[in-house]
Amino acid sequence: MAGMVVHKGNVAAMNRVNVDTDQIIPKQFLKRIERTGFGQFLFFDWRFNADGTDNEKFELNQPHNNNASILVANQNFGCGSSREHAPWALQDYGFQVIIAPNFADIFYNNCVKNGILAIQLPEEKVNELLEKADEGVYELTVDLKQQNISDDQGFTAEFTIDPYWKEMLLNGWDEVSVTLKYEEAITNFEKQRAL
Amino acid sequence: MTKKTIIEKIWEKHTVASEPGKPSLLYIDLHMVHEVTSPQAFEGLRLKGRKVRRPELTFATMDHNVPTVDRYVIKDEIAKKQMDTLSDNCRQFGVKVADLNSPDSGIVHVIGPELGLTQPGKTIVCGDSHTSTHGAFGALAFGIGTSEVEHVLSTQTLWQSKPKTLKVHVKGDLPLGVTAKDVILAIIAKFGVNFGTGSIIEFTGEAIRNMTMEERMTVCNMSIEAGAKAGLISPDETTFEYLRGRQYAPEGEEFEKAVEQWSALATDEGATYDRTVEIEASEIEPQVTWGTNPSQGIGINGVVPNPNDCENAADKIAIEQALDYMGLTPGTSISDVEVQHVFIGSCTNSRMSDLRAAAQVAKGRKVAPGVRAMVVPGSQKIKLQAEAEGLDQVFLEAGFEWRESGCSMCLSMNPDFVPEGERCASTSNRNFEGRQGKGARTHLVSPAMAAAAAVKGKFTDVRIFNEATVK
Repeated sequence: MAGMVVHKGNVAAMNRVNVDTDQIIPKQFLKRIERTGFGQFLFFDWRFNADGTDNEKFELNQPHNNNASILVANQNFGCGSSREHAPWALQDYGFQVIIAPNFADIFYNNCVKNGILAIQLPEEKVNELLEKADEGVYELTVDLKQQNISDDQGFTAEFTIDPYWKEMLLNGWDEVSVTLKYEEAITNFEKQRAL
Repeated sequence: MTKKTIIEKIWEKHTVASEPGKPSLLYIDLHMVHEVTSPQAFEGLRLKGRKVRRPELTFATMDHNVPTVDRYVIKDEIAKKQMDTLSDNCRQFGVKVADLNSPDSGIVHVIGPELGLTQPGKTIVCGDSHTSTHGAFGALAFGIGTSEVEHVLSTQTLWQSKPKTLKVHVKGDLPLGVTAKDVILAIIAKFGVNFGTGSIIEFTGEAIRNMTMEERMTVCNMSIEAGAKAGLISPDETTFEYLRGRQYAPEGEEFEKAVEQWSALATDEGATYDRTVEIEASEIEPQVTWGTNPSQGIGINGVVPNPNDCENAADKIAIEQALDYMGLTPGTSISDVEVQHVFIGSCTNSRMSDLRAAAQVAKGRKVAPGVRAMVVPGSQKIKLQAEAEGLDQVFLEAGFEWRESGCSMCLSMNPDFVPEGERCASTSNRNFEGRQGKGARTHLVSPAMAAAAAVKGKFTDVRIFNEATVK
């Protein structure tokens, strides 16, 4: 997994609350045993009409959102099922950063583990971004190292992130490899408990 | 001595490493695995040449994809491949699996407790958000993603930031005819679909204390629908009695020793929580959800809300979208809403007491014309027990379908689903758009309420319904 320091990209707005992972990737696509190729099914029931054509009303089908790599969403994004297929689908579709007032816990963890930066911002900042991105092509720069977000019209916002996750994302580390350095501590723990 | 909650006690006992500014490395005592969220994790092990660190602490089953009519005929090739992949992975990595042929098979969160694998004080994870169910035993149990499944398989640990503690106190005794399902639905309706985010809930109060283990499992199961990391209940005699004699529970003297340790886990009197909320048990009515998330629910005597009464713009839009999807008009009495399907099952409500409650309502009555109703036991053991008690006959005579165990219509990853635009009274846990099938309209209820809806063809107060027809 490649690390992320600064990401610059187009922003798509999805102004809906409580978007659950059943919407992000419906259950009929969870039967595959691979990690890849889920982008084509992202938001399937919202994105496509019954006859398979694009639902023109759906946010991601708006022409100005064509090449978006940053998704701005509303409260409690990613709630419900623990399916990691949700971040896999978002990433495969092209999203590398997701911004919302708050995220469901499991979804947040699943994002970080896949190198997707999930950023929590105050509601008024998110609302500002939702408005700007709704109007047309809108670009943001996300600097993970400096922990800030900016556009070229003067918008700026700082964000917080757990230093552990930040390091993980910056370096694109495989978490298991990191943990295996604690092998001795784990073995000692197991020995102690066996007593 | 500092007074501690059960959450802090379990957390401390499982911390392998903790350094300032870092999450804690927590040891995992039990890892439950199912076919949908594990194939990529096992593949990860293979690619990196890693093994399962503690296969004996890992237990797998198949439930999401399993057909409930003839479980051995799987027509969906991709589903079959996913199940075969789990069998192959378990064989290769030495993990015990209750496959379709096993008498132990069933829904992962039903069989863990049933086999006695779920025990107080354990840390339990599974690649499934309803892992919170196991918290009913005073275990710290939570759902994880597939990367974390791989991490636990490799290391038997997880990095976890310490969540906040949240006490949900259910005050007083429950009124007659109000069930555990109604309690958790009422809690979520009152406090919202994400009031638990970032927290672990401990459920307390007389109403909780008086619940059986099966009822406690129903409550803890839906902690995730409040956004909580986990939900648990301090263990007591009810917990210990449930576990005594179970397949994987300690035996004889070992059991008595375990009970002593388990008893010490309960939250100390006077321990403090980061946050506490309270609900009066006496105010809870049988619940029915009207919308597309579990907090959008009302009592059976309630009416569908009007979005215009909502001050927050985002919430107003959410209600409008939910009503549009559900095909409901504001002001409609929920008891006037007709159903075409009834589903009794899922990890929330598919245990013996759930089936008995539904059978009690169904006995001597008939499913209303135009309604298709099915009962799906949570495990093969429950199926056999229900048949031994004659419940299958009660259901069949009333016109319900009687199925083999599995996740079934809770998420419709198998042949069971609700057709577009049709309405289902369901004892499951999620009324999300498309959850039971594209365009399907789900109303969450208790097993007794579901059975009553099947007979009447629309939602009805099971308390009055029972009384009226018994007389």
